[in-house]
Amino acid sequence: MSKDVMADLKRDHIVQLLSKGTRVDGRAFDEMRPLTVEINYVLSAEGSARVRLGKTDVLVGIKMMVGSPFPDTPNSGVMTTNAELIPLASETFESGPPDQESIEVSRVIDRGIREGHAVDMKKLCIEAGKEVWIMFLDIHALDFDGNLFDAGNIGALAALKSAIVPAARAGKGEDYPMPISHEPISVTAVKIGEHLLIDPTHDEERVADARLTVATLENGSICAMQKGGSGSLKMDEVFKIIEMSRKRGAEVRAKLSG
Amino acid sequence: MGGTPIPNDIKLLDENGKRVDGRRPDEMRPIKIEAGVLNKADGSAYVEWGLNKVLAAVYGPRECHPRHLQNTTRALVQCHYNMAAFSVDDRKRPGPDRRSHEISKITSEALTHVVFTEYFPRTSIDVYIEVLQANAGTRCAGLTAASVALADAGVPMRDLVASCAAGKAADTVMVDLGKEEDNFGQADVPVGYVPRTEEIVLLQMDGELTHDEYTLSLKMAIEGCKKVYEEQRNALKRRYQVRSVDAVEEPKGVA
Repeated sequence: MSKDVMADLKRDHIVQLLSKGTRVDGRAFDEMRPLTVEINYVLSAEGSARVRLGKTDVLVGIKMMVGSPFPDTPNSGVMTTNAELIPLASETFESGPPDQESIEVSRVIDRGIREGHAVDMKKLCIEAGKEVWIMFLDIHALDFDGNLFDAGNIGALAALKSAIVPAARAGKGEDYPMPISHEPISVTAVKIGEHLLIDPTHDEERVADARLTVATLENGSICAMQKGGSGSLKMDEVFKIIEMSRKRGAEVRAKLSG
Repeated sequence: MGGTPIPNDIKLLDENGKRVDGRRPDEMRPIKIEAGVLNKADGSAYVEWGLNKVLAAVYGPRECHPRHLQNTTRALVQCHYNMAAFSVDDRKRPGPDRRSHEISKITSEALTHVVFTEYFPRTSIDVYIEVLQANAGTRCAGLTAASVALADAGVPMRDLVASCAAGKAADTVMVDLGKEEDNFGQADVPVGYVPRTEEIVLLQMDGELTHDEYTLSLKMAIEGCKKVYEEQRNALKRRYQVRSVDAVEEPKGVA
């Protein structure tokens, strides 16, 4: 309850700054917070990445095991994405079964990675119709200051790029690197009043009217989207966000490769 | 414990009396503690202990939920121990299981003893322990991190709780068991200790030990706790030394 009152109080301050063309932390509207990515952070995982996006801190780990394929995709591995918004990361998170918020976060990150064909799932098939690799992408929020969608997406992609398929451990031949085919990057924008800003902080998310996450690929095409919030977006606003996402996404992708 | 046969390629103690990772029986794994590592939490700490990586965060004292748990005379110290799905070899299903409920309970009890709970009636002090990478001894690492996080949050305490285990593997009593020693060893005795008052606030044991072996294990574990305690104090000193330097330098920037 008290948190909602704080959001109302901060709203005026945030909106006032936006009308002067700036944000609480001094960023431009289309500027992301400083990003650092640390790969292979967890040795017990097949691949992992700790991503710090401003004051948001996310750890993504990948575990793999041998299992059965889905009957309709006998030649493909299986991917499962799960986001844990644990109460360590914020007073607004509660323990217990996943709530709507964490389900949305995990599904949006999953969609970007899956629809963007980050992993060549065919190469995760061991024996068609019988045995495939089951891949668990676990996204663990450690410190929460907004925009888990992008921090999680960047962490998931970085973790996948560093992952090794543990074939030897499972007695399925030699270990091999995760077969990566594309690098989908999501960029999230929020709308506050008439303003569009990317990579929102928690305060900005809280006062936002609407939110749009856009995942784009190397060639500029769009592979996943999700609108959130009860506010609305005009068509030209959607295109503006896509343009920002493409531009900033390319920068993030370059950073992950460098 | 002791139920699993030792694979042939693992030798828990070699001819020179060295353990799997080259330690002597009375030697601990390297330990690194850092206080104040998270932004959102009121207090936090990170502990790297051998291959264990553990984060602890403290929120509170704050309104106690659910309300019926409120105590009108004191604060409730509520610990929540949780393992990340990728922290172990075979993925752990997310969410609390019976083991983590038990660890949460005994950790809460150990910390309740040192916190001045009577200063904060009706509130809850929530302690979240997240195991990011597990390699035996996570409950000790978690309790160690939690008490540094409580101090970092400014919660008044009688002393820090330090924690360390000792046990038996390859018929030898040794301190701070590693993963192989825990899996294929004969006994494990985790201890939580208040060095200033010499009180034991957490104590468990599984496996089989003679009376003498048990006495030695307990003594070794307490010696380990004292070393951990030094690291905890150093972490807090480092954290707040930096702050005092900041405070001195700040006015220059303003002028």
